[in-house]
Amino acid sequence: MQRLLPIATLTLALATSTALAADIAVEAGEGANERLIEALISAQPGDTVKIGPGRFEFTEGLSLDVDDVKVQGAGAGQTVLSFKGQTGAGEGLLVTSDRVVLEDFAVEDTKGDGVKSKGSDQITFRNLSVVWTGGPKAENGAYGVYPVSSKNVLIDGVFVSGASDAGIYVGQSEDIVVRNSRAEYNVAGIEIENSKRADVTKNTVTHNTGGILVFDLPNLPVQGGQDVRVFDNDVVENDTPNFAPKGNIVGIVPKGMGVMVMANRNVHVFGNRFDKNGTAHVLIAAYPNEYDDDNYMFVPRGVYVHGNTYGEGGFAPDGEVGKIITDVSGTPVPDIVWDGVTRIPEYFSWVNAEDQVYIDEAEGTTFANLKMISQMLLPWSTSPDTDISGYKGSLPEPAPVKLPQDNGA
Amino acid sequence: MRRLLAAGLFAVAAIIGGGGSAHAVSSEAILAAKPPKLLSEFGFFVDGARQVPAEGVVPYHLATPLFTDFAEKFRFVHVPAGQAATYDPDEAFDFPVGTALIKTFAFPADLRAPDKDVRLIETRVLVRQDSGWQAWAYVWNADQTEAELKIAGAKVDLAVTGKDGAPLSFTYAVPNKNQCKGCHALNGEVTPLGPKARNLNVEHPYPSGAENQLAHWTAAGILSGSPAPADAPSVPVWGDTAAPTEARARTWLDTNCAHCHRREGPASNSGLYLTWGEKDPVAIGIGKRPVAAGRGSGDRAFDIDPGHPDNSILLYRVESTEAGVMMPEIGRTQTDPEAVALLRKWVEEMR
Repeated sequence: MQRLLPIATLTLALATSTALAADIAVEAGEGANERLIEALISAQPGDTVKIGPGRFEFTEGLSLDVDDVKVQGAGAGQTVLSFKGQTGAGEGLLVTSDRVVLEDFAVEDTKGDGVKSKGSDQITFRNLSVVWTGGPKAENGAYGVYPVSSKNVLIDGVFVSGASDAGIYVGQSEDIVVRNSRAEYNVAGIEIENSKRADVTKNTVTHNTGGILVFDLPNLPVQGGQDVRVFDNDVVENDTPNFAPKGNIVGIVPKGMGVMVMANRNVHVFGNRFDKNGTAHVLIAAYPNEYDDDNYMFVPRGVYVHGNTYGEGGFAPDGEVGKIITDVSGTPVPDIVWDGVTRIPEYFSWVNAEDQVYIDEAEGTTFANLKMISQMLLPWSTSPDTDISGYKGSLPEPAPVKLPQDNGA
Repeated sequence: MRRLLAAGLFAVAAIIGGGGSAHAVSSEAILAAKPPKLLSEFGFFVDGARQVPAEGVVPYHLATPLFTDFAEKFRFVHVPAGQAATYDPDEAFDFPVGTALIKTFAFPADLRAPDKDVRLIETRVLVRQDSGWQAWAYVWNADQTEAELKIAGAKVDLAVTGKDGAPLSFTYAVPNKNQCKGCHALNGEVTPLGPKARNLNVEHPYPSGAENQLAHWTAAGILSGSPAPADAPSVPVWGDTAAPTEARARTWLDTNCAHCHRREGPASNSGLYLTWGEKDPVAIGIGKRPVAAGRGSGDRAFDIDPGHPDNSILLYRVESTEAGVMMPEIGRTQTDPEAVALLRKWVEEMR
């Protein structure tokens, strides 16, 4: 047995080395379009597709369906994949395989979404830039960096600008880290939707319509978004008029929203720096539309806002939501606003401790519970509850999200 | 006509010198890890240019086919001798290893005369290997003598006379390998779409005479477990104006949308499910708000707003030819006005 072991090990080593990672280099120039498509199709697990510096112009979307592949550019300022002339596909790059790393390149002017993963496990977006070069326009694609129905999602050091929905959008996914990224001039900077266990930290979200959204929506195969930590982010000067095409839920977000929590469970907002968000720094709200879905919980459950810093805000409440708020709260809008919607039975009884909204902020932080009637966006009374001390308390914080591709277990 | 053609070709084939085995389907080519460079290596046709199948290659058609920029399509199935596909009432049949599904896309010079001056553009081949299905596209040369593998897809400039008699020119897109999976995916695995009981349950004009396809496949021994056609599910031919509007619209959506828009498909996250059997009105889109539509919403609030096609995102996206808006996302660059008219009528009549 002991004699056999080294031989077996050697065989294994040989087998591994023959299958060892290869680099597939794709340089700019003649036929680069086709060469990159072929490289992404013919890549084997373990390979790295290395895209050289320069501009690459595409007329079709790209896609990767091979596990364990890294797609690496020469830097987001060096390798630019432009989709200005795109005539087909719903996104620039679509990944449908597992353990994929996308890093160090830029994607520009996709007709639909920028970079998407669907059904991926361990997907990493690192040091990417996804930009619509014409600035904020309704004709821009919906999402910049867009993992959906994915698991173990790492978004690190990306830059997204111009998305007509959300710059960084994570939907119907589990175990998510969004960090060290910058989102500007999007409708929503970062959005976590119908997802479980997300850490959104150390990002800068500025000049969007709304900074960070944590939503749960009805009539989707994955619902019950929960356990989200939004912490240590800079959420400042979100001041771009909403340019989302109508019909999309982000269309409701008023210009100058900092963080908005809608119909989610166990959301913790702490250690963030809020400044110059003209409608409100933090809004906690119920899903406002009619829906037909017995499995959906339309009110947020268990929200804990604490230890944030608040600069000037609420000085320019915008749009329909801004009006609904100020009709009750007056101007300037308080730093933290809760629409106060509860389910009708709970209004006449009580809300369980783990489902309540808790706020623990420094002296001088302003607050209003608008006490809205369920689904009607009408107040029960014209006097909001502005006594922040009545909401003191806390919720146990979700454990940090650990990802296998990020030295986590 | 078909008989004559075949007879003529037979003579040509004899002159070229192929023996009896020259036109046998190559199971080696079907099962090879690397696909053949040339379509002819499969041996599917005794005459590729005229789409005359070799022995063991059975032509078929679908009651309601996918719209692909008005392309004419020639479909064939090859099941290894002595084996059969297993019948399924809802999904594509379970075909044995060694099966090939072959589909040629072609354009007549004048769309109003589909049988005349037909130019073959591409032949797509789905082969069933041990590891699952593989999808390959072969693009025909100008002489129509051979088609060559194109893993990265291709663009073909076309100029024909449209159905309205006006010149119609556009760039036809041959899909790359990954794009094939963009539609041909069920739970992440490549899978056939067309050969489902409901879509095959119609008569086909075989050289021997018209016969129901389920019955023909069963008699030919390539399908097992099929009930009599009368007991199998069926859908109307979507263009059949004698059929109920709703059934016509739903079979059109089933074929053109539900490969992605189903619970196990690439668009599962949308919550919009358009399979023939879907019963939930919200899942079909009635009163359903968009999720990730972006500008594809066209400023409309619902996928389907009953009675109001112009307020329905479904119509907006089926009418569009703009990347990022149009649905399906790939597979067409043109709008099908007849389909739009049908869907419009369906939504208009909806209460």
